[in-house]
Amino acid sequence: MSNATCNPDKRVFRVVVLGVSTGGVQALKRLLGALPADFPLPILIVQHISPEAGNGLARLLDELCAIRVKEADEEETMEPGCVYLAPPNYHLLLEKDAVLSLSSEPPVNFARPSADVLFESAAAAFGRGVIGIVLTGAGYDGGRGLQRIQEEGGLTVIQDPVEAEAPSMPEHALSLVAADHVISLELLPALLQLLAGRHSEQGEPS
Amino acid sequence: MNNDGIFDIESRLLLEALQQVYGYDFRDYAESSLRRRLLNWLSGSGFANLSEAQGRLLRDRNLLDQFVCGITVNVSEMFRDPLFFRAVREQVVPHLKTYSFVKIWHAGCASGEEVYSMAILLREEGLQGRYRIYATDVNEEVLSKAREGIYPLKEMQRFIRNYQKSGGQHDFADYYTARYDHAMLMPELKKEIVFAAHNLAVDADFGEMNMVVCRNVMIYFKAALKERVLELFDRALLPGGFLCLGQKESLEKRGVAGNYDELARGTRIYVKRYLQS
Repeated sequence: MSNATCNPDKRVFRVVVLGVSTGGVQALKRLLGALPADFPLPILIVQHISPEAGNGLARLLDELCAIRVKEADEEETMEPGCVYLAPPNYHLLLEKDAVLSLSSEPPVNFARPSADVLFESAAAAFGRGVIGIVLTGAGYDGGRGLQRIQEEGGLTVIQDPVEAEAPSMPEHALSLVAADHVISLELLPALLQLLAGRHSEQGEPS
Repeated sequence: MNNDGIFDIESRLLLEALQQVYGYDFRDYAESSLRRRLLNWLSGSGFANLSEAQGRLLRDRNLLDQFVCGITVNVSEMFRDPLFFRAVREQVVPHLKTYSFVKIWHAGCASGEEVYSMAILLREEGLQGRYRIYATDVNEEVLSKAREGIYPLKEMQRFIRNYQKSGGQHDFADYYTARYDHAMLMPELKKEIVFAAHNLAVDADFGEMNMVVCRNVMIYFKAALKERVLELFDRALLPGGFLCLGQKESLEKRGVAGNYDELARGTRIYVKRYLQS
């Protein structure tokens, strides 16, 4: 996999958004565990989770991973090298000024947080600067949002459903989006590093 | 310019016009979630775009009410965040009991689920006849829903679970009458509640409150509007009064933070100090 094929037009990415459900804890451990502490982009994650779960998952992942992991707070400005998990029972959205916002609007796709909500807000706010990723999960969340990311010129990545613990989320996304990359979890950290590396090489955000 | 850019311009123009014509001020709402609700409203409205809708919205009050209902967030649950209600029951009520009469302002009450929850809790704790809840919302349509106190029967299962987790000891079914597919809350609960229209973005405060409840309302506001609203609450609250915010809302970075102590870490229940900094 060469840089040229990953990021042919040398665009500058600003943020990674990721949606995952069933099988997510294992998948996130593997993905985030393989990223360095100085990964050059912020990563926003919707993991479907019980409304009453605390912030235990963020704490667990933070302990296991070199990269910093935390639960998103209202009005927080996203920073490179930090992973923000949507809090249980809230939607997570991204504003144009790189500030995170929360919402307790009704569930979307039976989910709150919902990946579609995060993805659509990221597409509207950062357009071509967005990398959208759909990983393992039951249900259909994330597909429509990934489509919006693609329409706005962002880059789309879907976990190969063949290896996904629950294939329906990646399959649904694939049915809506001609993804830029359909990839195994194992290769995903390297791909993200390549895509994000362009950012630091070019040196300046858009 | 692409469609997104035009939509953003149209929505700014519309919000500006609504403020000038009706005094409804949505200009300081957080953009991404407002944008989402605007798009949802538009898709069901029959208008092709916001410019087309604007002319009607500025002249047709009924359409305006429907619009406001569509772009504000009006859903809640009874005993939403059971641990919050448990903390009120166990840690706030003992203080409230020391007053002969307790006044509570519930700002942004939406369709009233949490207001009735509080009324149930206060009755169970023996405060019946000794409190009044002023329940306000910007939106007349949801206020009339709140006044009715009628909710879909299918919601009751979840409400009962929340109630039990919040430390409720009674049979929740005693508080409502099931009728067809709806549950009508016990009318006695309404006796101590005053529902009123109030716009946090422009209206003045209610005075001399022992408790202000405003949960998951300010998350839709930008920082400047949050500050304005918190100052309203601060003026309304008596020293020793309680300010109750949502699970993900903190006073930490706010101007009024110095006037408050959090009751216990993470509860988002703040006690107003007697001596102001």
